[in-house]
Amino acid sequence: MSDYVLSIQDLSVTFALHDTEVQAVREMNFDLRAGETLAVVGESGSGKSQAFLGIMGLLAKNGRATGKAVLGDVNLLGMAPSRLDAYRGKDIAMIFQDPMTSLNPSLKIKTQLSEVLVKHRGFDTRKAEMTTIEMLERVGIPEPAKRANAYPHEMSGGMRQRVMIAMALLCQPKILIADEPTTALDVTVQAQMLDLFKTLTEDFGTSLVMITHDLGVVAGVADRMMVMYGGRAVEKGKVDDLFYDPRHPYTLGLLHSTPHIAHRAARLDPIQGLPPSLEHLPKGCSFNPRCAFCFDRCLEERPPLTPVGDEREKACFFEGPLQSKKVA
Amino acid sequence: MLRYATRRVLSALPIAFIAVTVCFFILRAAPGGPFDSDRPLPPEVLANVRAYYNLDQPLFMQYLLYIGGVLRGDLGPSMSSYDFSVSELMAIGMPFSLQLGLTAFVIATAIGVITGMIAAVYKNKWPDYMLVLVVMIGVIVPNFLIGALLQLWFGVYLRWLPAGGWVPGSWAHLVLPVAVLSWAHAARISRLMRGSMIETLGTNYVRTARSKGLGERLVLARHAIKPALIPVVSYLGPGLSYLLTGSLVVEQIFGLPGIGRYFIQAALNRDYGMVLGTTLFYMLLIIALNLIVDLVYAWLDPKVRYR
Ligand SMILES: Nc1ncnc2c1ncn2[C@@H]1O[C@H](COP(=O)(O)OP(=O)(O)OP(=O)(O)O)[C@@H](O)[C@H]1O
Ligand code: SF4
Ligand SMILES: [Mg+2]
Repeated sequence: MSDYVLSIQDLSVTFALHDTEVQAVREMNFDLRAGETLAVVGESGSGKSQAFLGIMGLLAKNGRATGKAVLGDVNLLGMAPSRLDAYRGKDIAMIFQDPMTSLNPSLKIKTQLSEVLVKHRGFDTRKAEMTTIEMLERVGIPEPAKRANAYPHEMSGGMRQRVMIAMALLCQPKILIADEPTTALDVTVQAQMLDLFKTLTEDFGTSLVMITHDLGVVAGVADRMMVMYGGRAVEKGKVDDLFYDPRHPYTLGLLHSTPHIAHRAARLDPIQGLPPSLEHLPKGCSFNPRCAFCFDRCLEERPPLTPVGDEREKACFFEGPLQSKKVA
Repeated sequence: MLRYATRRVLSALPIAFIAVTVCFFILRAAPGGPFDSDRPLPPEVLANVRAYYNLDQPLFMQYLLYIGGVLRGDLGPSMSSYDFSVSELMAIGMPFSLQLGLTAFVIATAIGVITGMIAAVYKNKWPDYMLVLVVMIGVIVPNFLIGALLQLWFGVYLRWLPAGGWVPGSWAHLVLPVAVLSWAHAARISRLMRGSMIETLGTNYVRTARSKGLGERLVLARHAIKPALIPVVSYLGPGLSYLLTGSLVVEQIFGLPGIGRYFIQAALNRDYGMVLGTTLFYMLLIIALNLIVDLVYAWLDPKVRYR
């Protein structure tokens, strides 16, 4: 237990709507080891972002997270925001999907970064700004002392995302959550950014959670991965195992629909059908309307997440080899 | 920033010139003249009087003479208060009006911003509902009606405050006029601030600020208020014009010794010089204040400075 920096137990995220509720995340469990990188993958709307916003206490007003998120010896969930602020930004930091809107347009870069050090490290402004400039240099921003005085709108998307990375790593957090940090960026910048994540998290011994729907990203940075579908984890395990021997039809589908990785398939093969609506999940296995391996049991029962081999789990009743059959 | 300010001042001058010109001709287009009264002046007297005020000249000539005077700082004589020049009348009434208007402006803006913020933070809770009600009254009910109601309630019925009139140095006489004058302005500012604050609190960058564990107070003070003020500040210019012109009416209702009294009289009597002079003065004032507003705006929104 002690080599885990973060342990998520039965995490669910629910949003209250006018007369109903939607459950965006359902009974999620995982442990994060010190220094490792965990990739969280799934199509749009599968609950990736909301799960981690829930952990960070950043859900929209109508959202509620239940379960446990144990960091060291404290449970972050259900903690009053004022207490949570002792950990957010210091032990656990998050980088968001859209670098263009995630920085405050009316404040200088150095203000937005140094305030983290003033708050969590008790630095005075001068020392905080000096540390800020060092960190900007570290994330590869040219002329960091000058750029520190710039406003966000004077920087490109790639530069802003570097600023976000610098901001998140200022306190050398135990955990960094990066929510699709490269999706909004040019392909050329994406690769540089992933390198940066790798080097910096290694240097600081930070565990990284990389949320993405791009398996190419996973292959480059992650040790383990968790595949989400309709708010649930459907397969978990080491990246190599899941890539070479996927056990869940949805994971297989994702692999077949990713360029570069789908080399074993004759051509790119997108998963048929649409992601499920959270309000009307099908009875039985949520994936059954899109699954080529679906059989009668899948229509009645929901497959629980069960261990299959070394550090692997899957939520699927089908036991035969997946490779033999073409994905629907 | 200094260059930006100079540019703004220079671009404001032609606007002032055009506005005076338009006012001049509109005023002349209105029916009637300064010396049409129930008992007409004898023709030879009228001719003398018209000559004295240049009214016998062709209209365009009058215009040139007027502009020439203005450029020399001479607003001409009043056509209804015969013994006074326009500048003298303004010197009597203006200090009071400005004091009243600006006091109301500052108080109303502060109240509007603060209540708007409270309403946004407590969105859809009771403080929000209370404020929405008060704001609605301010936006819907016109000045003179609120004025009359407050006079009745606090002045006549409860007798807490004087219902009108003026005693030099007495702040009690100012409470009701300032309240009436502020209400509508504060209400509009409050509504704007509430909306823009709610929007700001939902932005990604406020979420980022929260994710840093800064604490809600710092998140509001440093990350939310400044961007939320932007639409409010851009309303302050027009808002101030409403307020200053509203002040003319409120002075009349409460019998206060500001410029309002002379202005309304002048407008009714077609006292061209007085109406134009007052208009010109308010215009320059509003242009100057708008300039200040623009500078504040540029400070709030760094992107503006580079346009
Ligand atoms: N405030 C809210 N009220 C109701 N439902 C919400 C709210 N916020 C998010 N959701 C729902 O939660 C679901 C999961 O959203 P989430 O943002 O976690 O998706 P995601 O996996 O991150 O997708 P993407 O790849 O597009 O970022 C979505 O279906 C969304 O409609
Ligand atoms: S449980 Fe059945 S429907 Fe669900 S993924 Fe497995 S085979 Fe397909
Ligand atoms: Mg997302």
